[in-house]
Amino acid sequence: MTAHVTVRGLTRIFDVSKPLLNRILERRGKAFLTAVSEVDFEIEERTTYALVGESGSGKSTIGKMLVGLLNPSGGDVEVEGVNLAKETDGDKVAEVRSDIQMIFQDPYASLNPRWRVRDIIVEPVASKGGDTKGLAEKLLEQVGLHPSDAGKFPHEFSGGQRQRICIARALASNPRLIVCDEPTSALDVSVQAQVLNLMSDLKDELGLTYLLITHDLTVVRHMADRIGVLYLGRLVEEADPETLFTDPKHPYSRMLLDAAPRMDGFGREVPPPTGEIPDPIDPPSGCAFHPRCPLAADICKAERPQMRLIGTSKVACHLAE
Amino acid sequence: MTDTQTNQAAPPEAVDKSLWQDFRESDFFYAFKRSPVALVSFAVVCILVLSAVFAPLIAPTNPFDPASLNLMNGFTPPLEPNAFTGDAFLMGTDDQGRDVFSTILYGMRISLFVGASAVLFAMVLGITLGLVSGYFGGWTETIIMRVADVQLTFPSILVAMLIFGIAKGFTPVEYRDQMAIWVLILAIGLSDWVQFARVVRGATLVEKSKDYVAAARLIGRSPWAIMLKHILPNALSPVLVIATISLALAIIAEATLSFLGVGAPPTQPSLGTLIRIGQGFLFSGEWWILFFPACTLLALALSVNLLGDWLRDALNPRLR
Repeated sequence: MTAHVTVRGLTRIFDVSKPLLNRILERRGKAFLTAVSEVDFEIEERTTYALVGESGSGKSTIGKMLVGLLNPSGGDVEVEGVNLAKETDGDKVAEVRSDIQMIFQDPYASLNPRWRVRDIIVEPVASKGGDTKGLAEKLLEQVGLHPSDAGKFPHEFSGGQRQRICIARALASNPRLIVCDEPTSALDVSVQAQVLNLMSDLKDELGLTYLLITHDLTVVRHMADRIGVLYLGRLVEEADPETLFTDPKHPYSRMLLDAAPRMDGFGREVPPPTGEIPDPIDPPSGCAFHPRCPLAADICKAERPQMRLIGTSKVACHLAE
Repeated sequence: MTDTQTNQAAPPEAVDKSLWQDFRESDFFYAFKRSPVALVSFAVVCILVLSAVFAPLIAPTNPFDPASLNLMNGFTPPLEPNAFTGDAFLMGTDDQGRDVFSTILYGMRISLFVGASAVLFAMVLGITLGLVSGYFGGWTETIIMRVADVQLTFPSILVAMLIFGIAKGFTPVEYRDQMAIWVLILAIGLSDWVQFARVVRGATLVEKSKDYVAAARLIGRSPWAIMLKHILPNALSPVLVIATISLALAIIAEATLSFLGVGAPPTQPSLGTLIRIGQGFLFSGEWWILFFPACTLLALALSVNLLGDWLRDALNPRLR
């Protein structure tokens, strides 16, 4: 098994300063928001890597940097051994880019309402001048829709059907890596399962690699081969699902799992997580989680913990064992 | 906007065939059928445009062919036989014996041509600048939109006169009359692009943040392909409304410029030029030379405007 995607020290800083005139009048400096801070991980070929975390933890930003919609402020993303942000050979970049596709969260916004489904699906191929005869019909059948749907417009479909169209479009250019940004969170629970099953079938059938971005832990448990837990743009724990769900090492992972609703604990009293996710413009010193952490010691305020290998998990915590 | 009623098993060819049927079954067409204002103003616009286009076939005389003119026919009142020649004219004649009805038909051609070309020019310019400023943002946007703001502080007729004056200064004297129409189009178009740019920029900002644009960027489509094929079709319905209302304004602007004597030359008179000629005779009793061109201008501008108003309501789902 080789690493399909390698992410090293990935950082993204957004400039959220007010306009120049306001800064001068209010005598304030520039403001920077660190959405992603020194994240390292690898995705093995033909596996599903899941990124989980609360809103604002930087999951989507990592996904966008992976597909090239955003440029990293620091660190590297290598896909198939090519660094897309730094590689100067245009042909190589184009080749790797056509191997990467993305499925978006909101199926109502990710399909152009003025285009017919056929044109939407074949666009990745048609824009490169490829042969698109019968392609849309074939892909529609593959994702469980009728080939005659190709002539319709997106507004004639339900949310789940639209997400299937998005998947068909993502498959058109024969990609090897698909970044799925909350692919089911806009769908009904009954439809979620259908879409997820379709995604895992396609993965086995076509040998795809997924980066799954979600906040839904049940989805993760069934889909993922490896899970990374994000907190305030930092990776705090990385483990396989079995280990993470039975024996979470990081106090934040534990808090997250305790807060999730469970079938066996129906009617149980759930202690809600304490505190709020801190302001990413002015993050806490040391370990970003220390203001909310039940275990926090002095070292947590002073020093940012590095990733340590504990058993099969990687944990960024001074005190975990 | 279009509700297709395609069945499950419909073959792909059926889709293209039923485009007209789609339109007839659409909400848009339904709303059109139910609105008396829309029906009447559409009918008036159609009659006026068709009679302008087919002016050479409809007009009893060619008012610009000196051979067909008879100076003795000058100042004939409407529907009364001329005292000398016995010829009668539907809307009377002017001082040179030209049939007012024919001059109106030919004048409307110039008015409509100038108005439509000016709007088309403003639209292309405004859409391009609006798309560019909305999509790229940053300094490009700042510069384009500040120029637009500055231009908006001047009355558009003043801007048009300024551009007309400058452009005329650069045209050689012998070409001035021929070039006047094109200079007029340029002047009105340049004074009118701002609202297109503003609306398109706004719509671009909204559409740009949607995921279908991200999906297109991610497969490596160029900014121009994204702007023209993805964003523009979704920004087009407000543009259509503005274009219709601008058409009425452009026709009036052209008439105003011509009335002020800086527009269409007397050799190619537009409705505005006819009104200017006519107002010279108003107080000497020859009212028809002014009255009929003015009524035509009113009918044309009013019906186009009403149609634009209706279009705005029909295309805006929030007002329904």
